[in-house]
Amino acid sequence: MEVLFATVVGILTACGVYLLLRARTYPVVLGLTLLSYAVNLFLFASGGLVTGKPPVIAADAAGYTDPLPQALVLTAIVIGFGMTAFLVILALRARVELGSDHVDGRGADR
Amino acid sequence: MNLYLIILMPFIGAVLPSVCTRYGRNAAAWAAAGITGLSLAVAAISVPAVFTGEMIAVSLPWLPALGLTLSLRLDGLSLLFVLLILGIGLLVIMYARYYLPARDTMGRFYAFLLLFMGSMLGIVLSENLILLLIFWELTSLSSFLLVGYWRHQAAAREGARMALTVTGGGGLALLAGILLLGHIAGSYELSAIVASGDQIRTHPFYPAALVLILLGAFTKSAQIPFHFWLPHAMAAPTPVSAYLHSATMVKAGIYLIARLHPALSGTDLWFFLVGGTGLLTLLFGAYTALFQHDLKGLLAYSTISHLGLITLLFGLGTDLGAVAGVFHIINHAIFKASLFMAAGIIDHECGTRDMRRINGLWNQMPHTGTLAMVAAASMAGVPLFNGFLSKEMFFAETLNQELLGSIYWILPTGAVLAGIFAVAYSIRFIHDVFFNGEPVGLPRTPHEPPRYMKIPVEVLVALCLLVGILPVITVVPLLDLATASVLQRAVPGYDLAIWHGFTGPFLMSLAALTGGGLIYALRRRIYALHDRLPVVSAKRIYEALLAAVTGGATRGTRALENGSLQRYLALFLVCAVILGVAPYLAGDALAFGASAAAPIDGISLVAGLIIAAAAIGTAAWHRQRLLALIMLSVVGLIVALTFARFSAPDLALTQLSVEVVSIILLLLALYFIPHHAHSGSGAARRLRDIALAGVAGGGIGFLCWSLLTRTHDGISGFYLEQAVPSGGGSNVVNVILVDFRGFDTLGEITVLAIAAVGIFTLLHGLRPHLPDRDADGRAWSRDRYPLIMAMLSRPLLPLALLVSLYLFLRGHNLPGGGFIAGLVTGVALILQYLANGIAWTRERLVLDYYPLIAAGILTSTVTGLASWLFGRPFLTSAFVHLHPPLIGEVALASALSFDIGVYLAVVGTVMLILARLGEITAPQHMAGLQNSEARD
Repeated sequence: MEVLFATVVGILTACGVYLLLRARTYPVVLGLTLLSYAVNLFLFASGGLVTGKPPVIAADAAGYTDPLPQALVLTAIVIGFGMTAFLVILALRARVELGSDHVDGRGADR
Repeated sequence: MNLYLIILMPFIGAVLPSVCTRYGRNAAAWAAAGITGLSLAVAAISVPAVFTGEMIAVSLPWLPALGLTLSLRLDGLSLLFVLLILGIGLLVIMYARYYLPARDTMGRFYAFLLLFMGSMLGIVLSENLILLLIFWELTSLSSFLLVGYWRHQAAAREGARMALTVTGGGGLALLAGILLLGHIAGSYELSAIVASGDQIRTHPFYPAALVLILLGAFTKSAQIPFHFWLPHAMAAPTPVSAYLHSATMVKAGIYLIARLHPALSGTDLWFFLVGGTGLLTLLFGAYTALFQHDLKGLLAYSTISHLGLITLLFGLGTDLGAVAGVFHIINHAIFKASLFMAAGIIDHECGTRDMRRINGLWNQMPHTGTLAMVAAASMAGVPLFNGFLSKEMFFAETLNQELLGSIYWILPTGAVLAGIFAVAYSIRFIHDVFFNGEPVGLPRTPHEPPRYMKIPVEVLVALCLLVGILPVITVVPLLDLATASVLQRAVPGYDLAIWHGFTGPFLMSLAALTGGGLIYALRRRIYALHDRLPVVSAKRIYEALLAAVTGGATRGTRALENGSLQRYLALFLVCAVILGVAPYLAGDALAFGASAAAPIDGISLVAGLIIAAAAIGTAAWHRQRLLALIMLSVVGLIVALTFARFSAPDLALTQLSVEVVSIILLLLALYFIPHHAHSGSGAARRLRDIALAGVAGGGIGFLCWSLLTRTHDGISGFYLEQAVPSGGGSNVVNVILVDFRGFDTLGEITVLAIAAVGIFTLLHGLRPHLPDRDADGRAWSRDRYPLIMAMLSRPLLPLALLVSLYLFLRGHNLPGGGFIAGLVTGVALILQYLANGIAWTRERLVLDYYPLIAAGILTSTVTGLASWLFGRPFLTSAFVHLHPPLIGEVALASALSFDIGVYLAVVGTVMLILARLGEITAPQHMAGLQNSEARD
């Protein structure tokens, strides 16, 4: 399972990085989102892959997984949304101001 | 505490002259003099204690963990310098009052001067070397302001820049040297460093530390090859030269050499570096001074030469050498300050400083001429003047050293040669200016300057004579005291008699005097000879170096920074990959742990394949944008499922709701961002990017794998144990968010709010191009709000709000909480916008999102602050358990109020972003746009 998980994280990273390197803003946004997924999963993995033991204290619980990475990742997801949103709007503004959706503002297309 | 006052007074008082200047020039001068006098008075309080041999030390902790303390010391050497700085400072303040022309602002000048004075006092009173360095750099900065005081003159600006570059650069080297020295000695306190001389000299870092510290000292004290800034700094007003370039600034390097003498001297390296540089500087300065036609230029090179002499004395490393060095510091400060002032008077009266034009001033200015003659005689080393005494000690020391073996004659010969030139240029200074025929076309008619302009010169000249004739009474006590603190032991016996008989040093003095006279008599031939010598301009070399450095930097910047963000990102990723991969190659990073691998089950495998395929699909079809977006949402959903599978229900809920919001956002963005069949990247670039992405992904995957296979002891046991007893909640993740790490969460919602504000600002006034057809030329559907969806969505809103309330309330004990509830509420509201349109929703949902965010952050912060009322630290939580019907147990913790803040901030942010973006596309907006365009 660990190999599978690590492979998925690696693939998400690779696809994210590839998209980040594209010239247009839209794929860059997609790439950033993919990369956020990968980072969140990676962080999450630092607590180990534990099934059926949520960190909710109960009398009959068999044990608990590590809650700390979860707390970190939870805020990371929300902040990640904020970042993606900012990037999208920035791309939009740049598109209007520069007349191009190239990340370098090249080739006005209007 | 007194010591702090001595330094602080000039710094704080620097504003006073600027304020007083509106009451006239005298007021400004009195203010500056008053502050200097106060400082001097405070220093005087400590004089008796220092003369009993005590070292006064005070210390305040600053950053003790880094070895930084605000510690000061006052011993003999410091006292000597304090007296020089403040005493000559007072005279310069008086002199400047009459020197500066009426069009110059006195306030600014005195403010700079006091700043410089404070920095200089800081250097000589610092016990901590880092503190010393800070003051060292402050002198560089304030001298930049002083040298460039006449900022309308290009020469002044250039001279100031050059002085700053050279001395500031030396300061950087000094910083490195001090850090090394502190590392060797284990402390930055001077007393500790001075006491561990043996340890320092045998340390392998000693040569490096020595060279770096000497670089700092030599640049400041204008030693070869860093001497060239000093002549160019002569563009400063003469009072500045009289102060900085005789008694203070250039003596800072000498002070450092004297101060660190016990710790660093006594090695061959010290002797050859310090002594060698000193000898070269002494000779070069003395020789060059003779050929200057500018009055101040002559004095500048003479200063260089005398600084070399003092450096050479300390380089010898003998005890008597140190005595002579300290003595010459005093003498040089006195006669050179008076000479600069005399030169200033002449410049002031004649309107030029060119000695080829200024001749025969004796008739007009006999008083000034007499003063200048005494000071020049002192500089030349004529008996009965103070310069003679220290120069004779210097000659004696050059005869006494043994390190050079069979070439021992180099030092005495060099000393006599320098002496000859010193006599020659001193004669020139007097003879050219006051005799030697008639003036040649002077811009002004010279006459004696105002009475008070001469008083400072008279004081200094009187000192020259007093020290020269009655050394034992006037200077010996202070000299002994200062030398003792240089040597850190008793001062050896010496005799400051004017007449010792026909000894070696006296004969050398005699040779210098006659030789100097002879050279001056033959000056025309020697000038002619000198003119035929090739000129090596250190300034030219400096400028070429500077041009090379700035040119290189410009080229380097241009090569790296071509304006392409795409390229920056690629470089950035390449660096990250290199930094990430390097430890793998180093070997031991590949430590995989022994934790047993869990078996792969069928569902996980299928999910893994789907997410991999979806991710690759997103990358592969990113130009078919809707398809890519759908693929992306598949990835997000599987990520949410992964969280659910591996015991993280909170994360799954969060991911799911964020996913919805993000996809809506991207859909909206798709509407604006044009789709066109632009050519993609070339094959080579795609291949490069794939390779880069492959390495990055492989590295991260590898890292993730090694992380997963290692066993570790987390710190989470604490949170699991304490969640219920201290946090009052059984959902540990939520308790961590709102209680244990509440401060982090507060920071995070603040960041979220900042993002929202940023987005709001970016959207403000944005008029995007609104396409009325899609990429294939099909018109957008007129049927904006499908009836079934609209009808279905309306009853959904209260239901969804109820769900979010439920998630919120149970969040402390079961999966849920402010973040998730906020996102769910956001989605529910967005659905109304989507299904019913902006206008319809707005009519019914009167809610301003901006205040909502503010209210959220305010609620959380106030909750945190409330704990202060109970004398607890920020964000301490308290709780009671309630049992309302239907919902089950609710922990009414103060954390709940904090969570309300989180909820409000999240709802506000999500709505602000999406609703604002949506509004831009709204029909009435378009209508408004068309109307305004029609009006235009």
